[in-house]
Amino acid sequence: MNLTLRIWRQHGPEDKGRMVTYPVQDVSPDMSFLEMLDVLNERLILDGEEPVAFDHDCREGICGMCSLMINGEAHGPQRGTTACQLHMRQFSDGDTIDIEPWRARAFPVVKDLVVNRNAFDQIIAAGGYVTAPTGSAPEAHSVPVPKADADAAFESAACIGCGACVAACPNGSGMLFTAAKITQLSLLPQGQPERYTRVIGMVDAHDEAGFGGCTNIGECAAACPKGIPLNTIGRLNRDYLKATAKRAGS
Amino acid sequence: MDLYREGDPIADTRAPDGPIETRWERHRFEMKLVNPANRRKMTVIVVGTGLAGGSAAATLAEQGYQVRSYCYQDSPRRAHSIAAQGGINAAKNYRNDGDSVHRLFYDTVKGGDFRSRESNVHRLAEVSVNIIDQCVAQGVPFAREYGGLLDTRSFGGAQVQRTFYARGQTGQQLLLGAYQALERQIGLGNVEMNARHEMLELVIVDGRARGIVVRDMVTGEISTEMADAVVLATGGYGNVFYLSTNAKGCNVTASWRAHRKGAYFANPCYTQIHPTCIPVSGDHQSKLTLMSESLRNDGRVWVPKAKGDQRSPREIPEDERDYYLERIYPSFGNLVPRDIASRAAKNVCDSGRGVGPTGLGVYLDFADAINRLGRKAIEAKYGNLFEMYERITGEDPYEVPMRIYPAVHYTMGGLWVDYDLQSSIPGLFVIGEANFSDHGANRLGASALMQGLADGYFVLPNTLANYLASSGPLDKVDASHPEAVAARTDVEDRIKRLLAINGDRTVDSFHRELGQIMWEHCGMERSEAGLRKAIDEIRALREQFWQRVRVPGDGEGLNQSLEKAGRVADFFELAELMCIDALHREESCGGHFRAEHQTPDGEAQRDDDRFAYVAAWEYTGTGEPVLHKEDLTFEYVHPTQRSYK
Ligand SMILES: Cc1cc2nc3c(=O)[nH]c(=O)nc-3n(C[C@H](O)[C@H](O)[C@H](O)COP(=O)(O)OP(=O)(O)OC[C@H]3O[C@@H](n4cnc5c(N)ncnc54)[C@H](O)[C@@H]3O)c2cc1C
Ligand code: SF4
Ligand code: FES
Repeated sequence: MNLTLRIWRQHGPEDKGRMVTYPVQDVSPDMSFLEMLDVLNERLILDGEEPVAFDHDCREGICGMCSLMINGEAHGPQRGTTACQLHMRQFSDGDTIDIEPWRARAFPVVKDLVVNRNAFDQIIAAGGYVTAPTGSAPEAHSVPVPKADADAAFESAACIGCGACVAACPNGSGMLFTAAKITQLSLLPQGQPERYTRVIGMVDAHDEAGFGGCTNIGECAAACPKGIPLNTIGRLNRDYLKATAKRAGS
Repeated sequence: MDLYREGDPIADTRAPDGPIETRWERHRFEMKLVNPANRRKMTVIVVGTGLAGGSAAATLAEQGYQVRSYCYQDSPRRAHSIAAQGGINAAKNYRNDGDSVHRLFYDTVKGGDFRSRESNVHRLAEVSVNIIDQCVAQGVPFAREYGGLLDTRSFGGAQVQRTFYARGQTGQQLLLGAYQALERQIGLGNVEMNARHEMLELVIVDGRARGIVVRDMVTGEISTEMADAVVLATGGYGNVFYLSTNAKGCNVTASWRAHRKGAYFANPCYTQIHPTCIPVSGDHQSKLTLMSESLRNDGRVWVPKAKGDQRSPREIPEDERDYYLERIYPSFGNLVPRDIASRAAKNVCDSGRGVGPTGLGVYLDFADAINRLGRKAIEAKYGNLFEMYERITGEDPYEVPMRIYPAVHYTMGGLWVDYDLQSSIPGLFVIGEANFSDHGANRLGASALMQGLADGYFVLPNTLANYLASSGPLDKVDASHPEAVAARTDVEDRIKRLLAINGDRTVDSFHRELGQIMWEHCGMERSEAGLRKAIDEIRALREQFWQRVRVPGDGEGLNQSLEKAGRVADFFELAELMCIDALHREESCGGHFRAEHQTPDGEAQRDDDRFAYVAAWEYTGTGEPVLHKEDLTFEYVHPTQRSYK
């Protein structure tokens, strides 16, 4: 099939950036979206132009590196699918496709479609862990975990840190990402001792990094390729309230 | 042979002697410690943030060292360990099914086709149990039984259920555990994290590894970082084949640069071709996707009995199907080790019975399991893998059998290390997939995650301390040291050279062509004639590369073509060494199958009299590497022909 791509080009953080149109021919429906961009880039290089910079690595939907706004949707039109797992059979001959970077205050553009998502790491560094220095662990079976809790913790732990939730949110909020980690750890017995300091630390780091507040719009959960549900944020809010109450009381 | 020279054998591997069960314990006691006050004053560079590097950096920082950590992705959490699906082995014997440290040790030595170091493998089996404890304490959400205890499953090459897992995302969950421990240390100021930084050179001062040269991939700035010791945890080199299950950025550059500076490269020809990957769909293919080996627990592998049978799989009656693994290997059936399953798939396809549009595929069929256990049970176990398969192929594996074909997956070879995980350069340690240790000529499923975490959490932190304590205070050196300046100049010159060629072919086009040569001649089956041809072709193509490659843009700022060009240039050199290694090893063992060396029924024919050694290659710069042999002795597991029948 033949397509028209309109791609965001931006030389660097200082550049204003613009959409540039590129026709592409003979796209196979079996290609992945990123393979289609590879083909374009090969041609641009031979034509003496700069190829389009975009982030990607695993190309199997797990590393969280790919990050494309495709026709205004984070990761494109297919539910539960990262841009690297999206295949061209989802499009039709003659389509025009807009490709843009994640746009959010906390994720500045580095170049073209590449953004800086360092802020996510800062949120984790502020409490998204269990303090368990190497060697200090008790025998694994000393604390049984009900299967339902373990399964639910896993569902939240499946977050790949891609940032689609932030890109999709009109407020540029990172609450779904933050809540996913909070939920995983607060469902497990190992996460209890730091439960309330964790939520305060992470939410503060979230706010300091320039993410917007959550107003329950729900675009984040709709865009999330790993199906992290919106009610995860409700759990974060409950823990946060308890934590602030505790802090006020102490 | 004309292609290499033989040098002195490796005299000392630092592997302790005495009863194997007590070697690590004793060695640990004999090693020196660094006192906590001194650790603060020592800096350790850790390149790589996968299971190996992430766990090492976090642990070293917890112990009080100053750690500088590097990765090429935008966050340490994205190292390719994240993609491991199936699980991690540990000798917990929670099922009371006869497992033990000794059995895991035995299975791993046998699975590696008697080409690994017994002492190392035993240590790995011993610490495997601590890994599970550590990860559970971090909040890793492993799969559990209804009673709340950990669930396990079986994997290829073992008859016990010792594989712990977190649905189909075990690597992700283990890596996030290590990453979170690392982020905690970053938050505490004990680790300086440098994401989007690529190591391009090693700095050696007075014979010791003392630093690295890195390029900031965002600004293009080249800098030299000095330290008391350097740890490489930079993963495997499967991408030399272009198509593999590795991430696009996986590379050999860090290892290769260290090799050029004197670190021996061991067994480069040992590559693992994984039997269950989604077949290639066209010329645009940029990578291959693994379907976890755990699927072989419930899926049955078959092809039609008749050549060129074009019927759809569901129309082929039971008695016209060949469940060839069950037929040839009745005791292990669909769970034979990877090398065996891969070659069997190749053989049936070569005989004209392959399926799918290209004829390079076999069926992995879940119909029986769905009938027996119900669709729900299969969904719970493999749901995400089935979805992934459908997204990529457009076919629903609940309805039609999956099509699979072998693909390059893992590299057992890597930088040579002694028992302490130190390379042949003092002060340079190598952990995880980047080293050659533990897996011999073939790695068993679920053992790479185990090795990465064993190295990073439990082994390296001890052995590195011993090095630092034994070498006494090292001279302070900074980036102005002549060796550091020279290394940096080399990096800058190389970048300039790549940018200046401005030829008429893209980096990817060269990489693809190199990959085809390697897959054809140094893949599932190798022969003398093929390998000699490959060496000539690689040399000719490498010359073309340096004359005709076009790298657009400049060295300042983000330039993904430049990153790729540097990596492919190193793959070209590695590829030649892999072929030389494969050519010199006139036997078949594990993942290395030489057409000239097979038993009458087509199984790998080892030659223990001539080849029971590790081939550690020294770089000479003349194109003629020097071979150093490390003899392997087997005191506990006696070499036999591996049989899974
Ligand atoms: C698809 C897939 C599935 C797998 N499934 C399993 C499984 O179920 N069980 C199992 O045991 N094993 C499995 N494996 C194997 C296992 O995942 C890997 O061997 C293991 O995770 C490697 O870990 P590592 O820490 O050594 O390297 P990696 O995780 O690859 O990390 C390498 C690190 O080095 C960095 N790096 C590389 N080069 C440079 C450079 N030049 N400069 C700076 N940084 C650099 C990268 O940024 C990264 O941080 C699987 C592998 C694949 C590909
Ligand atoms: S919550 Fe979903 S969208 Fe947000 S970072 Fe995690 S996986 Fe991506
Ligand atoms: S490239 Fe890894 S998730 Fe898309």
